[in-house]
Amino acid sequence: MKMGKHPECRHLLASLSGYIDGELEEELCAEIERHMQDCENCCVVVDTLRKTISLYQTTAASTSLPEEARQRLYRRLDLDEFLNA
Amino acid sequence: MDNENRQQDFSLEKLRQGDRAEFARLVEAYSPLIYRLGLKMLNNPQDAEDILQETFIKAYQHLGDFDGRSSPATWLYRIATNEALMSLRKKRPELISLEEPLSDTSQPQEPMQILDWCCLPEEDYLTAESLEALDRSIDALPASLRIVFVLRDIQGLSTREVAEILDLSETAVKTRLSRARLRLRELLTTYFGDILSER
Repeated sequence: MKMGKHPECRHLLASLSGYIDGELEEELCAEIERHMQDCENCCVVVDTLRKTISLYQTTAASTSLPEEARQRLYRRLDLDEFLNA
Repeated sequence: MDNENRQQDFSLEKLRQGDRAEFARLVEAYSPLIYRLGLKMLNNPQDAEDILQETFIKAYQHLGDFDGRSSPATWLYRIATNEALMSLRKKRPELISLEEPLSDTSQPQEPMQILDWCCLPEEDYLTAESLEALDRSIDALPASLRIVFVLRDIQGLSTREVAEILDLSETAVKTRLSRARLRLRELLTTYFGDILSER
Protein backbone atom coordinates (compact mmCIF):
# COMPACT_ATOMS: atom_id res chain seq x y z
CA MET A 1 0.00 0.00 0.00
CA LYS A 2 1.26 3.50 -0.79
CA MET A 3 0.79 6.84 0.81
CA GLY A 4 -1.21 9.56 -0.88
CA LYS A 5 -4.84 8.86 -0.13
CA HIS A 6 -5.06 12.39 1.22
CA PRO A 7 -3.22 15.33 -0.32
CA GLU A 8 -2.15 16.46 3.17
CA CYS A 9 -0.09 13.29 3.71
CA ARG A 10 2.78 14.60 1.62
CA HIS A 11 2.50 18.01 3.17
CA LEU A 12 2.63 16.66 6.73
CA LEU A 13 5.27 13.97 6.17
CA ALA A 14 8.21 16.28 6.89
CA SER A 15 6.65 17.20 10.24
CA LEU A 16 6.05 13.67 11.56
CA SER A 17 9.54 13.33 13.05
CA GLY A 18 9.08 16.61 14.97
CA TYR A 19 5.60 15.48 15.98
CA ILE A 20 7.05 12.33 17.54
CA ASP A 21 9.60 14.44 19.42
CA GLY A 22 6.87 16.78 20.68
CA GLU A 23 8.67 19.73 19.11
CA LEU A 24 5.91 21.14 16.94
CA GLU A 25 3.88 24.23 17.49
CA GLU A 26 0.47 23.56 18.96
CA GLU A 27 -1.37 24.44 15.75
CA LEU A 28 0.62 22.07 13.53
CA CYS A 29 0.40 19.34 16.15
CA ALA A 30 -3.39 19.68 16.21
CA GLU A 31 -3.48 19.62 12.41
CA ILE A 32 -1.56 16.32 12.36
CA GLU A 33 -3.82 14.81 14.99
CA ARG A 34 -6.95 15.90 13.11
CA HIS A 35 -5.51 14.44 9.91
CA MET A 36 -4.64 11.14 11.56
CA GLN A 37 -8.20 10.66 12.76
CA ASP A 38 -9.12 10.24 9.12
CA CYS A 39 -5.90 8.78 7.68
CA GLU A 40 -4.94 5.25 8.58
CA ASN A 41 -1.78 5.39 6.46
CA CYS A 42 -0.31 8.29 8.40
CA CYS A 43 -1.16 6.52 11.70
CA VAL A 44 0.81 3.52 10.46
CA VAL A 45 3.76 5.73 9.44
CA VAL A 46 3.80 7.43 12.86
CA ASP A 47 3.52 4.11 14.73
CA THR A 48 6.25 2.40 12.71
CA LEU A 49 8.44 5.49 12.89
CA ARG A 50 8.12 5.44 16.69
CA LYS A 51 8.88 1.71 16.72
CA THR A 52 11.94 2.24 14.50
CA ILE A 53 13.40 4.79 16.90
CA SER A 54 12.62 2.74 19.99
CA LEU A 55 14.21 -0.39 18.50
CA TYR A 56 17.49 1.44 17.88
CA GLN A 57 17.41 2.98 21.34
CA THR A 58 16.70 -0.34 23.04
CA THR A 59 19.42 -2.23 21.21
CA ALA A 60 21.98 0.59 21.57
CA ALA A 61 21.56 0.59 25.34
CA SER A 62 22.90 -2.96 25.42
CA THR A 63 26.07 -2.07 23.47
CA SER A 64 29.02 -1.92 25.83
CA LEU A 65 32.73 -1.36 25.56
CA PRO A 66 34.47 -4.77 25.78
CA GLU A 67 36.79 -4.97 28.79
CA GLU A 68 39.77 -5.95 26.58
CA ALA A 69 39.21 -2.88 24.40
CA ARG A 70 39.02 -0.71 27.54
CA GLN A 71 42.33 -2.11 28.79
CA ARG A 72 44.00 -1.60 25.39
CA LEU A 73 42.77 2.03 25.41
CA TYR A 74 44.23 2.70 28.86
CA ARG A 75 47.53 1.11 27.83
CA ARG A 76 47.67 3.14 24.61
CA LEU A 77 47.08 6.32 26.61
CA ASP A 78 49.64 5.28 29.20
CA LEU A 79 46.94 5.37 31.88
CA ASP A 80 47.35 1.79 33.15
CA GLU A 81 47.67 2.96 36.74
CA PHE A 82 44.07 4.24 36.60
CA LEU A 83 42.57 1.08 35.10
CA ASN A 84 41.17 -0.15 38.38
CA ALA A 85 40.67 3.22 40.01
CA MET B 1 24.79 15.34 27.69
CA ASP B 2 24.11 11.66 27.92
CA ASN B 3 22.55 9.72 30.76
CA GLU B 4 24.58 9.60 33.95
CA ASN B 5 27.55 11.34 32.34
CA ARG B 6 25.51 14.47 31.80
CA GLN B 7 25.82 15.20 35.48
CA GLN B 8 29.54 14.67 35.74
CA ASP B 9 31.75 17.66 36.24
CA PHE B 10 35.32 17.84 35.13
CA SER B 11 37.86 20.41 36.16
CA LEU B 12 38.74 22.41 33.07
CA GLU B 13 41.80 23.76 34.82
CA LYS B 14 43.10 20.31 35.69
CA LEU B 15 42.41 19.03 32.18
CA ARG B 16 44.23 21.94 30.56
CA GLN B 17 47.18 21.39 32.86
CA GLY B 18 47.34 17.81 31.59
CA ASP B 19 46.30 16.25 34.92
CA ARG B 20 46.38 12.53 34.11
CA ALA B 21 43.98 11.47 36.86
CA GLU B 22 41.38 13.96 35.65
CA PHE B 23 41.92 12.85 32.07
CA ALA B 24 41.50 9.21 33.18
CA ARG B 25 38.14 10.20 34.72
CA LEU B 26 37.14 11.70 31.39
CA VAL B 27 38.22 8.54 29.56
CA GLU B 28 36.28 6.35 31.99
CA ALA B 29 33.13 8.44 31.64
CA TYR B 30 33.08 8.78 27.88
CA SER B 31 34.89 5.78 26.41
CA PRO B 32 31.73 3.58 26.28
CA LEU B 33 29.82 6.35 24.50
CA ILE B 34 32.59 7.07 21.99
CA TYR B 35 32.98 3.33 21.31
CA ARG B 36 29.26 3.03 20.61
CA LEU B 37 29.39 6.03 18.28
CA GLY B 38 32.22 4.36 16.33
CA LEU B 39 30.42 1.04 16.25
CA LYS B 40 27.19 2.51 14.90
CA MET B 41 29.02 4.67 12.36
CA LEU B 42 31.40 2.00 11.03
CA ASN B 43 29.54 -1.21 11.94
CA ASN B 44 32.83 -2.91 12.82
CA PRO B 45 34.28 -3.47 16.33
CA GLN B 46 37.92 -3.01 15.23
CA ASP B 47 37.15 0.28 13.49
CA ALA B 48 35.18 1.39 16.55
CA GLU B 49 38.18 0.66 18.76
CA ASP B 50 40.49 2.59 16.42
CA ILE B 51 38.16 5.59 16.55
CA LEU B 52 38.00 5.33 20.34
CA GLN B 53 41.79 5.32 20.67
CA GLU B 54 42.38 8.09 18.13
CA THR B 55 39.73 10.28 19.77
CA PHE B 56 41.37 10.17 23.18
CA ILE B 57 44.90 10.45 21.81
CA LYS B 58 43.90 13.62 19.94
CA ALA B 59 41.99 14.90 22.95
CA TYR B 60 45.04 14.44 25.17
CA GLN B 61 47.31 16.12 22.62
CA HIS B 62 44.99 19.14 22.45
CA LEU B 63 43.97 19.46 26.09
CA GLY B 64 45.86 22.76 26.27
CA ASP B 65 43.72 24.18 23.44
CA PHE B 66 40.41 23.21 25.04
CA ASP B 67 38.88 26.57 25.90
CA GLY B 68 35.81 25.28 27.74
CA ARG B 69 33.36 27.15 25.50
CA SER B 70 31.73 23.80 24.81
CA SER B 71 31.37 20.99 27.34
CA PRO B 72 34.08 18.28 27.44
CA ALA B 73 31.46 15.88 26.04
CA THR B 74 30.69 18.07 23.03
CA TRP B 75 34.41 18.55 22.44
CA LEU B 76 35.05 14.78 22.57
CA TYR B 77 32.07 14.02 20.35
CA ARG B 78 33.35 16.52 17.80
CA ILE B 79 36.75 14.81 17.68
CA ALA B 80 35.13 11.35 17.52
CA THR B 81 32.72 12.43 14.78
CA ASN B 82 35.59 13.74 12.65
CA GLU B 83 37.49 10.51 13.20
CA ALA B 84 34.45 8.42 12.26
CA LEU B 85 33.75 10.44 9.11
CA MET B 86 37.42 10.29 8.06
CA SER B 87 37.46 6.55 8.57
CA LEU B 88 34.23 6.17 6.61
CA ARG B 89 35.66 8.29 3.80
CA LYS B 90 38.64 5.93 3.54
CA LYS B 91 36.73 2.67 3.85
CA ARG B 92 33.37 3.51 2.27
CA PRO B 93 33.90 6.44 -0.10
CA GLU B 94 30.59 5.71 -1.82
CA LEU B 95 28.73 6.74 1.32
CA ILE B 96 30.45 10.08 1.39
CA SER B 97 30.11 10.72 -2.33
CA LEU B 98 26.43 9.93 -1.99
CA GLU B 99 26.02 12.83 0.45
CA GLU B 100 22.49 14.14 0.44
CA PRO B 101 22.09 15.71 -2.99
CA LEU B 102 18.94 17.53 -1.92
CA SER B 103 18.89 20.74 0.02
CA ASP B 104 17.80 20.60 3.64
CA THR B 105 14.60 22.43 2.80
CA SER B 106 13.30 20.06 0.14
CA GLN B 107 10.49 17.60 0.79
CA PRO B 108 11.40 14.17 2.16
CA GLN B 109 10.92 11.13 0.00
CA GLU B 110 7.41 9.74 0.21
CA PRO B 111 7.13 6.45 2.13
CA MET B 112 6.73 3.60 -0.33
CA GLN B 113 5.41 1.05 2.07
CA ILE B 114 2.52 1.40 4.46
CA LEU B 115 2.45 -1.70 6.56
CA ASP B 116 1.90 -1.95 10.29
CA TRP B 117 4.63 -4.20 11.67
CA CYS B 118 4.34 -2.97 15.27
CA CYS B 119 2.27 -5.97 16.31
CA LEU B 120 4.97 -8.65 16.08
CA PRO B 121 5.88 -10.50 19.30
CA GLU B 122 8.61 -8.53 21.11
CA GLU B 123 11.14 -11.36 20.78
CA ASP B 124 10.95 -11.12 16.96
CA TYR B 125 12.51 -7.66 17.10
CA LEU B 126 15.53 -8.88 19.04
CA THR B 127 16.61 -12.02 17.18
CA ALA B 128 20.18 -12.10 15.80
CA GLU B 129 18.71 -11.67 12.29
CA SER B 130 16.65 -8.66 13.35
CA LEU B 131 19.65 -7.02 15.04
CA GLU B 132 21.62 -7.60 11.86
CA ALA B 133 18.81 -5.98 9.84
CA LEU B 134 18.94 -2.95 12.14
CA ASP B 135 22.70 -2.62 11.62
CA ARG B 136 22.39 -3.21 7.87
CA SER B 137 19.75 -0.50 7.59
CA ILE B 138 21.78 2.09 9.44
CA ASP B 139 24.77 1.09 7.33
CA ALA B 140 22.79 1.93 4.19
CA LEU B 141 22.32 5.57 5.20
CA PRO B 142 24.58 8.20 3.69
CA ALA B 143 27.09 9.54 6.20
CA SER B 144 25.37 12.93 6.46
CA LEU B 145 22.16 11.32 7.72
CA ARG B 146 23.77 8.51 9.66
CA ILE B 147 25.83 10.78 11.91
CA VAL B 148 22.76 12.85 12.83
CA PHE B 149 20.69 9.75 13.62
CA VAL B 150 23.50 8.20 15.68
CA LEU B 151 24.16 11.34 17.72
CA ARG B 152 20.51 12.25 18.25
CA ASP B 153 18.62 8.95 18.56
CA ILE B 154 21.31 6.49 19.61
CA GLN B 155 23.57 8.67 21.76
CA GLY B 156 20.58 10.63 23.04
CA LEU B 157 22.00 14.11 22.49
CA SER B 158 19.74 17.13 22.08
CA THR B 159 19.18 18.85 18.74
CA ARG B 160 21.21 21.82 19.99
CA GLU B 161 24.14 19.60 21.02
CA VAL B 162 24.13 17.79 17.66
CA ALA B 163 24.01 21.13 15.82
CA GLU B 164 27.00 22.32 17.84
CA ILE B 165 29.00 19.14 17.24
CA LEU B 166 28.34 19.10 13.48
CA ASP B 167 28.41 22.86 13.02
CA LEU B 168 24.94 22.80 11.48
CA SER B 169 21.81 24.82 12.18
CA GLU B 170 19.19 23.18 14.40
CA THR B 171 16.80 23.23 11.45
CA ALA B 172 19.31 21.27 9.34
CA VAL B 173 19.71 18.72 12.14
CA LYS B 174 15.93 18.26 12.39
CA THR B 175 15.58 17.89 8.61
CA ARG B 176 18.36 15.29 8.39
CA LEU B 177 17.03 13.43 11.40
CA SER B 178 13.58 13.27 9.82
CA ARG B 179 15.03 11.88 6.58
CA ALA B 180 17.19 9.35 8.40
CA ARG B 181 14.24 8.11 10.47
CA LEU B 182 11.94 7.84 7.45
CA ARG B 183 14.54 5.90 5.47
CA LEU B 184 15.21 3.53 8.33
CA ARG B 185 11.48 3.04 8.79
CA GLU B 186 11.23 2.18 5.12
CA LEU B 187 14.06 -0.37 5.29
CA LEU B 188 12.71 -1.96 8.47
CA THR B 189 9.24 -2.13 6.92
CA THR B 190 10.70 -4.30 4.16
CA TYR B 191 12.43 -6.54 6.68
CA PHE B 192 9.66 -6.90 9.28
CA GLY B 193 7.01 -6.96 6.55
CA ASP B 194 8.62 -10.15 5.20
CA ILE B 195 8.50 -11.68 8.68
CA LEU B 196 4.86 -10.64 9.02
CA SER B 197 3.92 -12.18 5.67
CA GLU B 198 5.48 -15.51 6.70
CA ARG B 199 3.04 -15.76 9.63
